[in-house]
Amino acid sequence: MLAYISRRLIFAVFLVFAVSSSSLILARLAGGDYVTESLGIEAHPETVEQARARYGLDKSIGAQYRDWLGRVVRLDLGRSLLYDRPVSDLIPERAANTAILAFTALLFATLIGLPLGVVAGSRRRGPGGAGGPGGVIPGVIRATSLVLLSMPPLLTSLFLVFVAARTGWMPIAGMRSPGEPSTGLTLDLLQHLIVPAGALALPLAAMFERLQAQAMAEAIGAPFVLATLARGVPRSRVVWRDALKASLRPIAAVYGIVIGTLLSGSFVVEVITAWPGLGRLMLDALRARDVFLVAGCAGAGSIFLALGSLLSDAALALVDPRVAEP
Amino acid sequence: MQRWPSWTLAWPSPDLMLRTLGLFLIAITGVAVVGASAFAPHASDQSYRALLNAPPTAPHVRDDMGDWHAPFIYPWALVNQLEQRYEQDRSIRVPLVWLSGGRLVQSSDDARAPLLLLGSDSYGRDVFSRLLFGGRVSLGLAVIAALGALLLGASVGGLAGYTGGPADDVLMRASDFVLVLPAMYVALALRAVLPLVLSPRVVFLLLAGIFAIVGAPFFARGVRAIVRSERRQDYAVAATSLGASHARVLARHLLPAAWGFMAVQITMLVPAFIIAEATLSYVGLGFPDPTASWGTMLHDASSVRVFGDFPWLLCPAAAMFFVVLALNLVLERTDITVRLKPDATYK
Repeated sequence: MLAYISRRLIFAVFLVFAVSSSSLILARLAGGDYVTESLGIEAHPETVEQARARYGLDKSIGAQYRDWLGRVVRLDLGRSLLYDRPVSDLIPERAANTAILAFTALLFATLIGLPLGVVAGSRRRGPGGAGGPGGVIPGVIRATSLVLLSMPPLLTSLFLVFVAARTGWMPIAGMRSPGEPSTGLTLDLLQHLIVPAGALALPLAAMFERLQAQAMAEAIGAPFVLATLARGVPRSRVVWRDALKASLRPIAAVYGIVIGTLLSGSFVVEVITAWPGLGRLMLDALRARDVFLVAGCAGAGSIFLALGSLLSDAALALVDPRVAEP
Repeated sequence: MQRWPSWTLAWPSPDLMLRTLGLFLIAITGVAVVGASAFAPHASDQSYRALLNAPPTAPHVRDDMGDWHAPFIYPWALVNQLEQRYEQDRSIRVPLVWLSGGRLVQSSDDARAPLLLLGSDSYGRDVFSRLLFGGRVSLGLAVIAALGALLLGASVGGLAGYTGGPADDVLMRASDFVLVLPAMYVALALRAVLPLVLSPRVVFLLLAGIFAIVGAPFFARGVRAIVRSERRQDYAVAATSLGASHARVLARHLLPAAWGFMAVQITMLVPAFIIAEATLSYVGLGFPDPTASWGTMLHDASSVRVFGDFPWLLCPAAAMFFVVLALNLVLERTDITVRLKPDATYK
């Protein structure tokens, strides 16, 4: 068990290291650098050279990478060229915003998807065991899921922004209204969360619902459920207590993978709804060829990823000890 | 009990109907997109300076007096230049002409009262025509990228599964690594480090290549698992002992066992690639502006006014929804876990 978790831990550290290093090198290899992007092509060659020397962009890739590694060990991530602030100042704030968004979406998706999946899955088969939805409610749930599965965050966020713009029920963009306190959990923040978190949560809820419905249908068919029913335990109690417990493993296993999906999805949601998160920062940094900021963002993103998969692995190993065996 | 006579037609099962509906939607989209130059009333870059953000012109068959006519449209008249508000000029009927100039249908007075089935964009270009031509680019890119991913992934997975040993370990670790990363960021990073301004043709090849690399591991893992287990089957052993070469055993005997899996994966990757193109173009890292693709069209629609005043500019989003829905309908009965872990069912 301990060996398994430490093996995953080594992989996590390797992931963070590899992702941030390769993004630094990729961004450095790219045609054009921050200086040409910011000063334009008509800048005087001498000015360009001076600027390069000031930002440390005149060194070779190898030298720059060694420099960066040496400083990263001391937790100095370099200075953002675009914002002229230390990268380690910029990242935590933006990463926290992305985390708020992703966590809220995950919570919504679980709270909506899981119970609906139980309902749809537990009533699935008709008396003859024939396929297809067994009743109106599971049919409606299944159809809704199918529609939502066809709406990735790009489409849900456009749709929700459209609804918000037409009805004026909720704020369309940004994270806080001007004039409101800029920190802390306020009603204003929660209102601004509805559109982006909803856009991220809806497709995920549909996926959870399908997954849970399938696991539930399998659990309901197990002999122990029949035995419990035969002993006279009420059906609702069998479904919501015994079968539910037995059917949770697939969703638990999926949580680790979902972190990647959430990060990918949150990028487009952040861009469309102007949520000041890591995704937008990364996009701006990539566009401006701000190498240190790119590496910092990639590193922060991969820490999320590694933490998520580590937690999910550990949880799964606790629930089902078989996965820890080599 | 009264029984139905045996010759009455039974309703097909709901699953079969959904699947057929999905295939039908895909077929319609395919025909519309391939025949874009015949179905679209205008070229994708033809713009009407006097009709910026004009609403759709719906074809009518009945005028205000209640008389019936061949299909016609009412031209738009600009009421407010600043707010770009238009009103229908109900005094003029502009009939539609069919099958002229190589186009299925267009307005008889194309210069002043063009047929804008889905309105026009902020450059005065016909949204419907751009939707068809853009579908060519978006869907073509997604299909070609998925085939590229199939080719790359099946060769890597087949090789790893057939040889086993250290090569297998290295190849699978590498594809595990790519699978863990959020695909959107990998595509974004790879695209962003290349020059930002490129010709549409180069962008097409570039995006297809990037998507194929990001998508390949999804094939590789499943194909490897299938090849590994099929290799030990009697038929594969028999082929080897009859003197078939490694390449022949792999290509003729083992890989065909993975066809079902590959078909499912393609159906899932195509929607993902359609969305990926749209996302990259939306943030300005996809196709350059005059090119019509569903992503660049959404990019043009990325202002708050669009949502309130010019909702027809969001048509590409609806088109994407229908295509993805159609592909999902075809896949409906497939195990949902396959979506998340490509080789989950083959372990």
